[in-house]
Amino acid sequence: MQVIFKKGSSKKAKNLTELKPGEAGVLGKLDLPDDDAQRLMEMGFVPGHSITRGLSAPGGDPRVFRVDGSEVALRRETALRLILR
Amino acid sequence: MGDCHGCPNNIATLPPPPGLAVAGSNGAISRRHIVAIVGPPNSGKSTLFNRLTGLRQKVANFPGVTVEHRMGRVKLEQGREVFVVDLPGVYSLTPRTEDERVTHDVLSGQMKDIPRPDAVLLILDSTNLSRHLVLAAPVLSLGLPTLVILNMADDLKNRGGDVNVPELAMQLGSPVALVSAAKGTGVEKIFQFLTGATLGAAPKAPLIQLPVIQDIPKCRAWATSIGNKTGYHAPAPPLWTRRLDAFFLHPVGGPLVFLFVVAAVFQTIFNGARPLMDAVQALIEVSGRWIGYLIPNAALKSLVVDGIWKGVGSVVIFLPQILLLFLFIGILEDSGYLARAALIADRTMARFGLQGKSFIPLLSAYACAVPAIMATRTIENKRDRIATILIAPFMTCSARLPVYILIIGAFIPDRHFLGPFMSMRVAVMLGLYVLGFVAAILTARLLKSTVLKSGRSSFMLEMPPYRWPTARSLALRLVDRSKVFLMRAGTVILATAIIIWVLSSLPIHDGKPPAIEHSIAAGIGHFVEPVIKPLGFNWKIGIGLITSMAARETIVSTLGTIYGIQDTGSQHGLQQALRQDLTLGGAVALLVFFAFAMQCMSTIAVVRRETGGWFWPAVQFAYMTGLAYVCAFLANRIVSIWA
Ligand SMILES: Nc1nc2c(ncn2[C@@H]2O[C@H](COP(=O)(O)OP(=O)(O)OP(=O)(O)O)[C@@H](O)[C@H]2O)c(=O)[nH]1
Ligand SMILES: [Mg+2]
Repeated sequence: MQVIFKKGSSKKAKNLTELKPGEAGVLGKLDLPDDDAQRLMEMGFVPGHSITRGLSAPGGDPRVFRVDGSEVALRRETALRLILR
Repeated sequence: MGDCHGCPNNIATLPPPPGLAVAGSNGAISRRHIVAIVGPPNSGKSTLFNRLTGLRQKVANFPGVTVEHRMGRVKLEQGREVFVVDLPGVYSLTPRTEDERVTHDVLSGQMKDIPRPDAVLLILDSTNLSRHLVLAAPVLSLGLPTLVILNMADDLKNRGGDVNVPELAMQLGSPVALVSAAKGTGVEKIFQFLTGATLGAAPKAPLIQLPVIQDIPKCRAWATSIGNKTGYHAPAPPLWTRRLDAFFLHPVGGPLVFLFVVAAVFQTIFNGARPLMDAVQALIEVSGRWIGYLIPNAALKSLVVDGIWKGVGSVVIFLPQILLLFLFIGILEDSGYLARAALIADRTMARFGLQGKSFIPLLSAYACAVPAIMATRTIENKRDRIATILIAPFMTCSARLPVYILIIGAFIPDRHFLGPFMSMRVAVMLGLYVLGFVAAILTARLLKSTVLKSGRSSFMLEMPPYRWPTARSLALRLVDRSKVFLMRAGTVILATAIIIWVLSSLPIHDGKPPAIEHSIAAGIGHFVEPVIKPLGFNWKIGIGLITSMAARETIVSTLGTIYGIQDTGSQHGLQQALRQDLTLGGAVALLVFFAFAMQCMSTIAVVRRETGGWFWPAVQFAYMTGLAYVCAFLANRIVSIWA
C-alpha cells in the first residue's frame, strides 16, 4: 500500500534512517508491501504523524522509534522504506 | 514460561459443553454466557482475567505473552456466573500470526470448543489511549455489548494524564470503566457489566458513526477526534524507561551489564543455593532414616528408602537451584527487559536467518521448551516459526540443570577460573549453555539456507515501559514452578524410581534380591551397553539414558536408586560413586549428550501439535539424537586422549 501525500517535488525524500537520535520528522508514506504497511500503521506509523528517533541496539540496528505514545523497534531495511515528508 | 510439562497448556476450568443449558441458582434455565477479553498486546488482559477469575494465567511485561485462548469462570452475585475468555493481544481484527488468529476465530465464532461470545471486554491502555482507541472501531463494529476498559489507571495518574470517562462513554456509545487491573481499583464496574451481560441487559450495538475499519489512517483520525472531544490528556513520557534504556541499550555498557548479570546468576545457582540445597538434602536423609526405622520388613524398607526416598530425593534437592533460575527469568520478563534483549539479539539472529522475535521464545526455552514452542505463535513468517520450533529444545532447559550440576559437581574441580568471580564449575556450566545456543543457531542457519528458506522477514517489536516486578507476581511464579516440579517428582520420577528398584531387585534367589550386577536392570543395561560404550558410558548410565527419555532429570533419580541400592548413601555419595564408575571423558560425553539430545515426551507432543503432524517432530528427534551421539563420541575421544 502506498499512502501518498502530495508534496513539493524534491529530488530525494528523506527516510526514517536519516533521523538523528532525538530528531523528529513527519511520516509521509510507507513504501512497503501491503500487509507490512498495514501492521506498521496499526502500530502507530500513520502518515501525518510525527516520529522521533530513539536509541538503537548496540551496533546501530535495529532502531527504536517513538511514535504515537509508544516505542517500536524496526530494522534498517524497514525504516528505509518509511519516507518522511 | 510459567507452565511446563506438568501442566499441559490450557487446563482451564472447563465449562459445560457449548449449547448446554445450565440451571441458575434461582431455578431458571439460563444459557451459559461467554465474554471475550479483547485488547492490544500488553494492555493487561491476562492481569484482568486473573483478577476476575482467580486463576493464574501467565502475565509478563512484553507483547505476545498469551498465545492461546483460556476460559475461566467469574462468580457474580446471587449465584450467577459468567465465563470470560482471555485472548492473545491484537492490533486489529485482521490476523497476521497464529496467536492473532486465535482471537479472530473466537470472536467470529469459528473456534471449535467456544461458542461466539455474548459480550466483549475491550481493554485498552489508558496511558496510550489515542492509539489504542483505533482497535475500538473494529471491535465495536462487531455489534456485541462492549465494555471499554481503560486500564493502567494508576500509571495514568502518576504520570499526570487525564480522561473524561462519562464523555468518552457518550462518544463511544458504550459503557467505559477506568480501572487498574493490577491494583484492583475500579473493577466493580466490570462486575456490574458482567451481571448485566448474564441478564441480557447490557446495551447492544453502539449507535455511533464508525469509520471504515479497513482504513487505518481514518480510524486513527477518528480516535484522535474522540480523544480531543473527551479532553484526553496524554501522560508524560515514562522518564525512567528512557533513563534505563540509555543504560541497557548503551553500545558497550549494555551487553557488558547483561553478561555480568548472567555470570552472577550462575554463580548464585552454584554457590548461593548450596546452603538451601544442603538443608533439603539433610532433611531428606534424616527423614529417610526415620522412615527406615519405622518399616520392619526388609524388602519394603529397601523399596521405600533406597528406591523411592533416595531416587526421588536426589532430584528434589535441585529445587532451590531451579527456583533461582525461574526467579531470574521472572525478573527479566516482568521488568520489560526481555523485549530489549530481543532487540539486542536481532542482528545476531538475522545473521542466522531468523529475527529478534524468535529470540523471545528461545529465551523462554531456558525455563522449558514446551511454553517456548507455544510462544513461537507470535512469529509472522511460517518458515521462521517452524525453524524456531525446531531449534528451541537445544536451549538449556531447567530439566537439564540437575544433570549438569550433578556431573559438574562430581568431575570438575572447584577452582578459580578468571579470578575469584568465576569458578571453574561456573565456567563449564556457562559453556554448556553457550553450547546449546550455538547448536541452536547453527541449526537455524542450516534450516534457513535449505528446506526453510524464505525472504528476510521484517522485525517490528513494541518496547514496553519498564515496570517493577512485584514480589507477589514473582512469588506466584515460584510457587507454581515448585508445584510443577514436585508434581513431576511425585509422578513420572516416582514411578520410574519404583520400576528401577523392582528391576534392580529381581530375580529373587533364595528369598534374597540379587547383587545388582545380576539383576534384570543390569541385564537391560548390558543389552544397550554396546551402543553407548563408545561414548564412555557403562550400563548404569545406559539405564539412566533410557529413563531420561521420559524427562531429562529422571536420569538423576535413576542413578540415585541404582547407587542407592548399592548403598553409597547421600548425594555426595552419588557423586563419589559416579567418579568411580565414569572416566572424565565419559562425564564430558554425558554432558554433551544431554546438551543436544531431545529427551522429552512433552516437547515431542507439543511440536506435533504446533506443526500439525509427525513429520517435524520425527526429523527433530532423529537430528538431535544423532547429533548428541556423534558429539558425545567425539567429546569422549578427545578428552580421553588429552586427559
Ligand atoms: N501499572 C500497571 N501495570 C499493569 C496493570 N495491568 C497490567 N499491568 C502490567 O502490564 C503488563 C502486561 O500485563 P498482561 O496482563 O500480561 O497483558 P496482556 O494484555 O495479557 O498481554 P499479552 O498476553 O501479551 O497480549 C504486566 O507487566 C502487568 O503487570 C495496571 O493496572 N497497572
Ligand atoms: Mg495475556
